[in-house]
Amino acid sequence: MNKDILIRLNGISKAFDGETVLDSISLEIHDKEFITLLGPSGCGKTTTLRIIGGFETPDEGDVFFDGKRINDVPPYQRQVNTVFQRYALFPHLNVFDNIAFGLRIQKRPDAEIRQKVKDMLAMVNLKGFERRKVSTLSGGQQQRVAIARALVNQPKVLLLDEPLAALDLKLRKDMQNELKNIQHQTGITFIYVTHDQEEALSMSDTVVVMAHGQIQQIGSPTDIYNEPVNAFVADFIGESNIVDGIMLADRSVRFAGHTFVCVDGGFAKNEQVDVVVRPEDVDVVPVEKGMLKGLVTGVTFKGVHYEIIVDVDGFKWMIQTTDFVAEGETIGLYIEPDAIHIMKKSEFSGMFGDYSSFSDELDKLSVITEDEEEE
Amino acid sequence: MKFLSRFYMALIFFILYAPILVVIVFSFNGSGSLSHFSDFSLHWYRELFRDGEALSALKNSLFLAVTSSVFATVIGTFAAFGISRAKRRYYQVAVETVSKIPMMNPDIVTGVSMMLLFVGVASILKLSNVLGLWTMLIAHTTFNLPYVILSVLPKFRQMDKSLTEAALDLGCTPAQTFFRVELPFIVPGVISGLMMSFTLSLDDFVISHFVSSPDFKTLPLYIYNQTAHEVKFSMYALCTLLIFVILILLIAVNLAGSAEDRKLRKKNRAGAKGGRG
Amino acid sequence: MKKQSVFERLANAPHLVWSALFIIAPLLFVVYFAFTDRDGGFTLENILSLSSYSGTFVMSLGFSLIATTVCFLIGYPLAYCMSRASEKSRTILMVLLMLPMWISLLIRTYSLMALLDNGGLVSTFLTRLGFQKLTFIGTEGAVILGMIYDFLPYMVLPIYTSMTKLDKRYLEAANDLGCNGWQTLFKVILPLTTPGIVSGVTMVFVPSISTFYISQKLGGGSFDLLGDTIERQFQNAVTYHTGAAISLVMMILILISLAVMNKFSDSEEDIIV
Repeated sequence: MNKDILIRLNGISKAFDGETVLDSISLEIHDKEFITLLGPSGCGKTTTLRIIGGFETPDEGDVFFDGKRINDVPPYQRQVNTVFQRYALFPHLNVFDNIAFGLRIQKRPDAEIRQKVKDMLAMVNLKGFERRKVSTLSGGQQQRVAIARALVNQPKVLLLDEPLAALDLKLRKDMQNELKNIQHQTGITFIYVTHDQEEALSMSDTVVVMAHGQIQQIGSPTDIYNEPVNAFVADFIGESNIVDGIMLADRSVRFAGHTFVCVDGGFAKNEQVDVVVRPEDVDVVPVEKGMLKGLVTGVTFKGVHYEIIVDVDGFKWMIQTTDFVAEGETIGLYIEPDAIHIMKKSEFSGMFGDYSSFSDELDKLSVITEDEEEE
Repeated sequence: MKFLSRFYMALIFFILYAPILVVIVFSFNGSGSLSHFSDFSLHWYRELFRDGEALSALKNSLFLAVTSSVFATVIGTFAAFGISRAKRRYYQVAVETVSKIPMMNPDIVTGVSMMLLFVGVASILKLSNVLGLWTMLIAHTTFNLPYVILSVLPKFRQMDKSLTEAALDLGCTPAQTFFRVELPFIVPGVISGLMMSFTLSLDDFVISHFVSSPDFKTLPLYIYNQTAHEVKFSMYALCTLLIFVILILLIAVNLAGSAEDRKLRKKNRAGAKGGRG
Repeated sequence: MKKQSVFERLANAPHLVWSALFIIAPLLFVVYFAFTDRDGGFTLENILSLSSYSGTFVMSLGFSLIATTVCFLIGYPLAYCMSRASEKSRTILMVLLMLPMWISLLIRTYSLMALLDNGGLVSTFLTRLGFQKLTFIGTEGAVILGMIYDFLPYMVLPIYTSMTKLDKRYLEAANDLGCNGWQTLFKVILPLTTPGIVSGVTMVFVPSISTFYISQKLGGGSFDLLGDTIERQFQNAVTYHTGAAISLVMMILILISLAVMNKFSDSEEDIIV
């Protein structure tokens, strides 16, 4: 990967009607990178994207593009193009004219426009769709036209604002792969906004996790998953059991009434910490072989595995296992040292990671309301 | 109940249309009577067309309706754009309210106030006989403006903001964005504003009454003068013609409107299908 | 929010200039003339002299209040019947209602005059039936009838619009909760169509109180309404000061009543077709 910095955000703050949306954000985006801004609704990810696109001006801080400050450069003078959330295809133009729009504004010769639009349509698998009205296209096809319309201008950076949010699950998976391929083919920097952590992990080179108008963590998908910096990130990315613990010494942590060997160090002696254990990293063993023992209070069949809720001294753990255990059974839990991840205490400590009120429906419901709020 | 309601509607609409029908029928009456229809004749129409004053009033009316509605549509469309883009809410409300004054004020006050303006300015500039074509044009444009803004502004507000942003994003300057993306989107509103202005201008009597001069008469002014003292059957003929012109215009607008509706509905259906697929 | 571009800022400029010159300035001229005498000096004389027109004010107010009330009493049931008709006939009824609105009021007033004229159909018909020869033109009734006839569609349309917007489920809910037809009308339909009623009342009252040709044509010149007084002041009088004062007072009264009425309704927009 080329490590040249293409875009630099420096201490960006933004408030709408006195409400802070971005709180001093700093971020570097490298050339040819696929970077994802990930977070729940209202975390400021879309505003960040709009500031890069030129649709909002920051109240404080600077935006640099290729080393030049571009705070006051209007959108139409930026080498950046956007794929909008609901595509924003022009209803009065057909597919060809939509894609050709940017080139026509630049007054390119007709032959060139025809060739480029044709190439683009081939790239997004819409050969032969030139004369179709955009209103007759399916959601996935509209999505492709929107991507083609942006890419045909050969921008340095493509901004994508939840581009797949309106598509159904299967189509979304296909488009994820396709987008990734397109990014490889074109070598254009992609800045992608989503609230879907799976999407972020599977597509990105770099993930930026945001919450409350601040960046919580920047890292590769594996870093973010395996080494979350705080309870928010641990909870937002995948499922996590987050328990209070005390660092007894390097590589020794005590939680849930048991002392565990772990792989982390560098904390003060007896420092209060958050301990993260992923549900798939807990092994179910007979009681006598377990480091912890607990009562199974809920079992849900998930296809690949069972998801069980285990009550260990009042704290409910979520565990994913392929072995069947019955509700009401007492089982032992075994955790490998490298499955234990230690985090410093943060403002998010104690807010996440306990499954005592867990319900699948509730989770889905909150995702839906998030979608609606994101505007 | 059903019968009662039908009877009631029939009765009211009959009363509403009876005078108009009388005018239409008796405009073809050969004898100059309002109670006995003697024979079918185009006598009054011939008389009307022989009247040079009527023809020049018609010409004036059409000229005025076309120019004032075009002026109002151009100014009003840009205004609606500007209002919809204004950052501060109170500014939007203030501008909208001011532009609606001619709509809320009684026509006679609008007419009187414009007359005072013209006469007042003329006396300051030591001009005489200012009233005429130009004052009529200004007055008609003024009272047409709120109707244009009212039919165009909602279109701007309906428009998805990201369409504008997409155009800017693809390299359009704000002016290019307006002409290439926003204008095509709001065209239906612009057309209905234009049509409404045209008919309002053609129709207006009260305001014109105060800002016109004897050498620039429109049809309503001509009718008013002609009917001041006695019943004139050639005026029945003129009214009949005007009623038919308005009927045709109204049908045309409705047809255009329902065609637009059908297109929209079809589009929505396709869109819904697309969303699922 | 994004800063506005030059184009966005200038788009409204022609309209602002136009409004200042031809909406605001004329009103200032009205105020100026109302408060000055022939030599341009400040005076309250014009406003004070309006007391001699108090009879005109009262008569105009009376006529237009009667016309507005009758329009409401006729128009509300009409709108109700129209809203209950099948969808297909509703389109036709709508066109029937709107057509008169597009025909010049002058023409419609003139056609009413033709009908009511001394040699006209109505009087001929009534004489044939054995009534004595009746004169309509020149009576108070004719003027008020003219107002009702001219402005009735403007009462019906907004009420009809708010009735068609009315969610049918409210009516079903009212029935379900034990309201009979009349109770539903008074307890549910009437309150929910208030915005339409307010626009309708406004659209009848304002032109009624300011009209002058209805009283000229149908009143035969024997009734001086506010509109007639203003019109005469401007068409014949040597100075415009008294006319300006009457206009100013009328405008202020109307704007105040509009503001008060709009407190009851938020959907003033509906009145435009």
